[in-house]
Amino acid sequence: MIQLRGLSFAYRNQPSLFEDYSWQAAQGESWAVLGPSGCGKSSLLYLLAGLQLPSSGEVRIGGEVLRRPRPRTGLILQDFGLLPWATVRANIRLGLRLRGFYGPDGRHAPRDEVIKNIDERVDSWLQRLGLDPVAESYPGQISGGQRQRTAIARTLALHPDLLLMDEPFASLDAPTRQDLQDLTMQLRQERGLTLVLVTHAIEEAALLGQRVLVLGRPPHREPNVIDNPGGGTPDHRATPAYDRACARLRSAMEQVT
Amino acid sequence: MRRRAILLAALVLVLLWALLAAVIHRPILPSPFEVLWITIRELPGELGGHLLVSLWRVVASTALAVLAAVPLGIVLGQSARADRWFSPFVYLLFPIPKVVLLPVLLLFFGIGDLTKIAVIFLILFFQILVLVRDQAAGLRPELLFSVRSLGAGRRGLFRFVYLPAVVPAILTGLRQSIGTAVAVLYVAELFATQQGLGYYIYLHGSTLFDYPRMYAGVIAMSLLGLGLYLVVDAAQRRLCRWQYTA
Repeated sequence: MIQLRGLSFAYRNQPSLFEDYSWQAAQGESWAVLGPSGCGKSSLLYLLAGLQLPSSGEVRIGGEVLRRPRPRTGLILQDFGLLPWATVRANIRLGLRLRGFYGPDGRHAPRDEVIKNIDERVDSWLQRLGLDPVAESYPGQISGGQRQRTAIARTLALHPDLLLMDEPFASLDAPTRQDLQDLTMQLRQERGLTLVLVTHAIEEAALLGQRVLVLGRPPHREPNVIDNPGGGTPDHRATPAYDRACARLRSAMEQVT
Repeated sequence: MRRRAILLAALVLVLLWALLAAVIHRPILPSPFEVLWITIRELPGELGGHLLVSLWRVVASTALAVLAAVPLGIVLGQSARADRWFSPFVYLLFPIPKVVLLPVLLLFFGIGDLTKIAVIFLILFFQILVLVRDQAAGLRPELLFSVRSLGAGRRGLFRFVYLPAVVPAILTGLRQSIGTAVAVLYVAELFATQQGLGYYIYLHGSTLFDYPRMYAGVIAMSLLGLGLYLVVDAAQRRLCRWQYTA
C-alpha cells in the first residue's frame, strides 16, 4: 500500500529529516509512528498525504507515485482542521461538496465515484458518531472529543482506503482519548483501512499499532520497526502483550533519543 | 433591547437639538420638528432623488471595492512573495487621505459619477485589501492541509476556505470605512455636480439660505450613513454567526 523508496526530505534552510529512507506498509495494516517532538514524524505524514513532496526518491501509494494529495487518502490532524465558520454538519459535508465541485476528475476526486445522496451520507455519519445533538453547532461550541469525531466523520464519509492521523487524540482528556482510540480501531477493522497514526505517546503506539515505526533524532536513514502482535484492537489494552510492547517501545525510544 | 436603546438615544438627541434651537433662536438652527417635517415631506420628491443618487454612488463604489480588493487580498495573503512585492506600495498608499486626490480624479475622470465613485472606491479598497490580506495570511496551515487532503486544489481552497474566511474582514472593513466614505462623498458632491446630497446641502445652505432644507439634507446624509452601517451590521450578524456563538 505504502512504499517509500530512497526518500530524502528537508525543509528549506533546515537540516535534513530523511536521507535515502525506504519503508513500506502493507494494505490493511495498522501502523503507529512513534517519536519525540521535532523528529519529523508529522513531516512523514505530510509526505504520505502528498502535502509535502520529497526532494529526492519517491512515495508510492497503491502503486502510484504521489505528486499531490490522493483522493482516497484521509488525513486527520490534532486540531484546527475544521472550518470554524461551518457547523458540524457542514464540516462533514465539506469533502463531499468538494467532490461535487470538481466532479470525478481523478485528481481531486476518484474517477469512479459519483456522489449521490449527500444528505443521507452525512446524516448516517452524524448518527454513527453520536454527533446528532451538535449537528448545527459550530466547532468553537463543542468539546475537543466532538471536534475529533467530526473530523473522523468528515474523512470517513469520503470512503478512504488509507487513513493518516497526526496526534489526533493528544489534546483530549483520558476517557475521551480512550473512547476515540477504540472508535478508530473499530472503524479501521470494519472498513479494512490502512492506518498510519503519528504519536509521541508510547501507550498509544502500543495500543493502535500492529507495527510501530520508531523515529529518533533526524536525519533518518533506516526504518526502525517494532512488531506488536495483537495491536490495533481495543482488547489489546488488557493483555500482557500490551505491557511488553510498552516496555519494548520505551527502551527503543531511550536508545534513539 | 438594542434597537430600543438606539431609538431612545435618537430621541434624546432630538430633544437636545430642540432645546438648543429654542435657546439660540436663530434661523441657522431651526427646530428639529420643522426639519423632520420637511425631511418627511421632501423625501418622496427632490430630496429623495438626491438621496438615491448618493446611495447609488456609495453602493457602486462599495461593490467595486469588494470585487477588486477581495481577490487581490486573498492572493497577497496566500503568497508571501507576492506580498513582499506589493506591501511596500500598500504601505505608502494606505495612509494617504484619499480625499486629497479628488481634484486629480476630477481632472482624469471629469465631472460625472465616475470621480465620486473612484474616490470612495480608493478609501474602501485599501481598507478591505489590508484586512482581507491579514485574515487570509493568518489562516492556520493545519486548516489548509486538512481541506487540501479532502481534495481541494486552488479553486476549492478559494471557494471553500479563503472566501468564507475573509467575510468578517470584508464586513469589518466596510464598517470601519462607511462613515469616512459618506463624509468624502459629501465633499465630492460639492464639486461639479447638480445631483447628490452634498450638492443639495450646499445649495440650500450656502446659496438659497433655506436652512430647514439644508438640515433635511444633513439628516438624509446621516440616514444614508446610518442605514449603510446597519446593513453591514446585520450582514455581519447573519454571515458571521459562528463568531458570536463561540
